[in-house]
Amino acid sequence: MLVTEQDALRQEIKAWGDMYGRDRTALIPILQEIQRKHARISEYAMQIVADMLDIHPVEVYGVVSFYSFLDHKPKGRFVIRLCRTISCDMHDKDRVARQLQNDLGIRFGETTPDGRFTLEWANCIGMCDQGPALLVNDHVFTRVTPDKVHDILEGCRRAMGVHAQEQMQEQLV
Amino acid sequence: MSESTTFGKDVSRAPVSQRGHRVGPVDDSQAIGGQISIEMDGKTLKVPIGTTILEASKELGLRIPTLCHHEDLCVAGVCRMCVVEVEGQRTLQAACAYPITQPIKVKTHSRKVRQARRHILDLILANHYGECYACNRNNNCELQTLAKEYGVDFFRFGHPTEPMFELDTSSHSVVRDMNKCVLCRRCIRTCIDFQEVGVLEVQGRGAESKVVTFMDKPLAEVVCINCGQCINRCPTGALRANDPTDDVWAAIDDPTKHVVMQTAPSPRAGIGECFGLPPGRALTFEMNTALRQCGFDKVFDTNFTADLTIIEEGTELLLRLKKALVDKQPVAIPQFTSCSPGWVKYIEHFYPEYLAHLSSAKSPQQMFGALIKTYYAHLNKIDPKDIVCVALMPCSAKKFECNRPEMCDSGYKDIDYGLTTRELGKMISEAGINLPDLPKSDFDDPFGTATGSGVIFGATGGVMEAALRTVIELVTGKKVENFFDHAEIIPLRGFEGIRYAEIPVKEVGPVPGILKHLFEDWSWLKGATLKVAVAHGTAYAKKVMDDIRAGGKFSECHFIEFMACPGGCLGGGGQPIPTSPAIRAARAQAIYSEDRAYSVRKSHENPAVVKVYNEFLTDGPCGHLSHKLLHTHYTPRGKFIA
Repeated sequence: MLVTEQDALRQEIKAWGDMYGRDRTALIPILQEIQRKHARISEYAMQIVADMLDIHPVEVYGVVSFYSFLDHKPKGRFVIRLCRTISCDMHDKDRVARQLQNDLGIRFGETTPDGRFTLEWANCIGMCDQGPALLVNDHVFTRVTPDKVHDILEGCRRAMGVHAQEQMQEQLV
Repeated sequence: MSESTTFGKDVSRAPVSQRGHRVGPVDDSQAIGGQISIEMDGKTLKVPIGTTILEASKELGLRIPTLCHHEDLCVAGVCRMCVVEVEGQRTLQAACAYPITQPIKVKTHSRKVRQARRHILDLILANHYGECYACNRNNNCELQTLAKEYGVDFFRFGHPTEPMFELDTSSHSVVRDMNKCVLCRRCIRTCIDFQEVGVLEVQGRGAESKVVTFMDKPLAEVVCINCGQCINRCPTGALRANDPTDDVWAAIDDPTKHVVMQTAPSPRAGIGECFGLPPGRALTFEMNTALRQCGFDKVFDTNFTADLTIIEEGTELLLRLKKALVDKQPVAIPQFTSCSPGWVKYIEHFYPEYLAHLSSAKSPQQMFGALIKTYYAHLNKIDPKDIVCVALMPCSAKKFECNRPEMCDSGYKDIDYGLTTRELGKMISEAGINLPDLPKSDFDDPFGTATGSGVIFGATGGVMEAALRTVIELVTGKKVENFFDHAEIIPLRGFEGIRYAEIPVKEVGPVPGILKHLFEDWSWLKGATLKVAVAHGTAYAKKVMDDIRAGGKFSECHFIEFMACPGGCLGGGGQPIPTSPAIRAARAQAIYSEDRAYSVRKSHENPAVVKVYNEFLTDGPCGHLSHKLLHTHYTPRGKFIA
């Protein structure tokens, strides 16, 4: 990381510290802000957060590794999380899973070589009445069938265009 | 240190929202409702509200097995070995984490309880790779003991046949073998709460949990201070010291090598525990005999260089004070002691801006190494390259210290190997010797004589007490006994984390010969008050350092003793396992009674020390040669890891 990038990151974290407080209870809100903005929490960011909150970097690392939605390694542009708990399982999540793996050419827990997609399992996302359910980043898709998997992935691919962010919002909402 | 609030700061890691639900022991157990009667296995007992079931069971003389519980550490309740049946509760309860708030009936070994404990053991063993006979904790392992007590005769849920993790041998001091880890988190609570160094924590969750360092880096690359307290808390063999005994045996067996042993004061107070003796019996002179029988050519007493350290460090302090008071120049005061290598690495990592305050004097171990490969080699006409220096220390950080690249001032590696008390115990057993039965023998010359001041280095406050004994006599020209009964400076003794004392200098005497070249007179010290402090355990060191940074009362001190390990060296990471507050107190007792037994009890009166200054270090304390051999410099490391 360049020195200027590190400086910028430090300034950001300080600002979040002002917002959420500077004791250990502010840890998760600050980590979520970092995750939201940078899609990952780097080694350097963890140490800055620890220093600011007067805790140990290893504790921050423990928290980051504990939560599935906090990452220290970069993931794909789209993180697809398929629910694997019992209701979705009974609604044939296995077929959806197979379709996802076939279409993307990766297994669960992996990222496509082009860095676009990451495939993961999620535990219950609260959509048990509409299973199988999956998440693409922050967006929920319910009653997913193998056919729909193709549409969802296509939507993602199209959203990688020039105005990626705006298109993504339009197509996925 | 079960209390989570120490020194006014709440160090508890519990969320603020849950702290209100805490139940602790009440202040006044005699008040109405302060006592609760409980029934446990048919026995009745009255306990103060807030007592845990485990504590109550100890009072009744019942044994509830534990694995994650440790007297030095906060409650965790993670291993579930201590589950008991509480009448009216649907599930079994962890005795260590159940505060008694109402009359209850407890069964500690009902069928349900026994079955649950056996299952827990079977599940732990299903994830525990390794065979007991190939483990350094064989016969001293809490998991092995429990397996025996609960009659584990087969692996109900299997047993790993292949190692799951690689050994981390990167550190000079501590080896981590996560295959043997039972995830009791004692090392984590030791590192984060007890020592506040913060190297270890759990990564991931559930079945994927693993104790790791920051980003799972090798131990040598993180901020570990090598204190080894985690080793002393580990119930199994997952953490151990880096063991050089094979190399030491090889040196002993090599006829061309002259193997020299120096023994620190603390191991002699602890080594008996390796041979089944109760804590608190010093085996100094039996150990000398054992070392000779093992094949060491010479056995010296580290106390000799402890005395030398006192002269060097004391002189350095007087020089600093003179610079501040007479020359009115800026100088780093308070001066910090530098005997504890764990503390030295701690300050290098966490307070590098204060390194100038650290005394430049080496620790006694390193001073001895430098002298043996110069002075002693010259006296006995031995080529220093044929001398192998071994140091017996209660400490795992000493292994790191002797491998510091700057510790080669004699032209050779000053100390070749550092052994812990446990490792020497093993070597003595390996030689077929039963230590307590041996006849006594004295240390070898030319460093034979030691003083009581050197001995008390092993206890927290000891370095300060020894330094004050010498400084007071050098400055006032009168015996310490005039000021303190039996030269025992009681305010510095004890086990409070931080102690503070003020010593007024009411009178001054003539400058003694040994310091004549540095000072003309002591008049500038007359009427001054020497402020000193003692801190042990890096958690308390941190508090003192933060106070200094904030400009509090410790910033006005002149001399502060820091020890990385709670209790000082006698509670070191190389001492026999287990260690508890009671065991530390017993070892301290052994050390202080040995001090009383010495006829010479002040460092500057040690004839061997006087002789070294007359014959070898002729330009005196803090002179040119002593700076070359007995002083060192430090590396600012910082806490950020690239």
